[in-house]
Amino acid sequence: MSFTIARTLDEALAALAAGARPIAGGTDLVVGARHGKAPLPADLVAIDRIPGLAEVTVTAAGITIGAAVSHHTLEGHPLIASTYSALADGSALVGSPATRHVGTLGGNIMNASPAMDTGAGLTVLGAEVELRAQAGSRRVTLADLWTAPGRTSARPDELCVAVHVPTPAPRSGSAYLRLEYRRAMEIAVVGAAAAVTLAPDGSVAAVRVALSAVAPTILSLGGLETLAGGSVNDVAAAVAAAASQQATPISDVRATDHYRRHTVGVMARRAVAAAARRAAGETIAIPVNRSIGIGAAS
Amino acid sequence: MSESISLRVNGIDYPVTIDQGRNLLSVIRTEVGLTGTKEGCDDCECGACMVLLDGQPINSCSYLAVQAQGREITTVEGVLQGDALHPLQRNLLEEGGVQCGFCTPGMIMSATALLQRTPAPTEEEVRIGLSGNLCRCTGYSKIVQAVQRTAAELADS
Repeated sequence: MSFTIARTLDEALAALAAGARPIAGGTDLVVGARHGKAPLPADLVAIDRIPGLAEVTVTAAGITIGAAVSHHTLEGHPLIASTYSALADGSALVGSPATRHVGTLGGNIMNASPAMDTGAGLTVLGAEVELRAQAGSRRVTLADLWTAPGRTSARPDELCVAVHVPTPAPRSGSAYLRLEYRRAMEIAVVGAAAAVTLAPDGSVAAVRVALSAVAPTILSLGGLETLAGGSVNDVAAAVAAAASQQATPISDVRATDHYRRHTVGVMARRAVAAAARRAAGETIAIPVNRSIGIGAAS
Repeated sequence: MSESISLRVNGIDYPVTIDQGRNLLSVIRTEVGLTGTKEGCDDCECGACMVLLDGQPINSCSYLAVQAQGREITTVEGVLQGDALHPLQRNLLEEGGVQCGFCTPGMIMSATALLQRTPAPTEEEVRIGLSGNLCRCTGYSKIVQAVQRTAAELADS
């Protein structure tokens, strides 16, 4: 049994190579251990005080978000809110203010819950994850990272150090919405993110959609290329049908599979509509859920 | 395995010898001996265990005590101003925002963090700031009013 506070990335990577597991906010790890989901690892290395791991950096290709950046930082970051809105929408819905202060983006990604609130947004934004080990680092797409509920393709000695998100094309917007029964400490019943690029005439030039809590991992909708050129309303309707058709939800304490299959189509349609409004230059406050969706203040 | 660490609570360093799996809540209550912080659901849902870590709210039931080394921990005992109640505590009493009182320490910590960051919150901002704290008595409105009254008083002072 050991608990080490890493002061540098090298210290953290050495601890992982020796068999320790990383902990940042601990919001999934500690709660999971208390539920009996998995015992607390015998050896832990705290990665929340490593310089640089909690920074958001603008690059030539887009934005690099350190793995230890908190949801609180993401929901209030002006560039992320304006340009990578679906990620800010998702971060603003995680847990409560307390969860958002200690919970990190890297933790949310590597916990690999299919109901995670940042995953669908990152997927439609085309994000890649940087995994680092002592031997070097590699980048993986989210589709290659998540393999099953709670499972990733990362090796035990690899640490998620950053998320790279490319700059969206001009006239693009994105949004993430979820169905929820209460406004805090909630897990998505279903959720949907959309990224829309508009053509100069207002038609949809490109659309990407990803769904949460309706498959073993975040589900990226296929077959949307054929929708290019359609109106926003037509594309939103087609996406809703595709979402309900491609979803493979389960029944559990939060909803039946039948209910999830229907409502994920509704969420997907609203996500496309909100993303298109943002693509057209309209500002919809973060998170979309509180501005126009379920859970909006009356 | 037990570990000897130091925790700084309300400005005082407390040496404690604890198991690394112990949560911060139980260490504050039984080792440090400050029982104002409450155990409600013990599952990161209700907010009764809310304390501040470097000024930000956390659920101490689901945070390891060893994670808090080198951080400033503030509990409800730390918001007293000498022997006097903090304006937030007084306003919660005067507005009827306290009934059974079990959620109150957690509410105070969340509201304290909110007012630090947002000195003049709207009602919606207060409700979001307190959204991790459950109260089964008051129906929340009187708690929200107490926070807004406190914000107004602090702005005038």
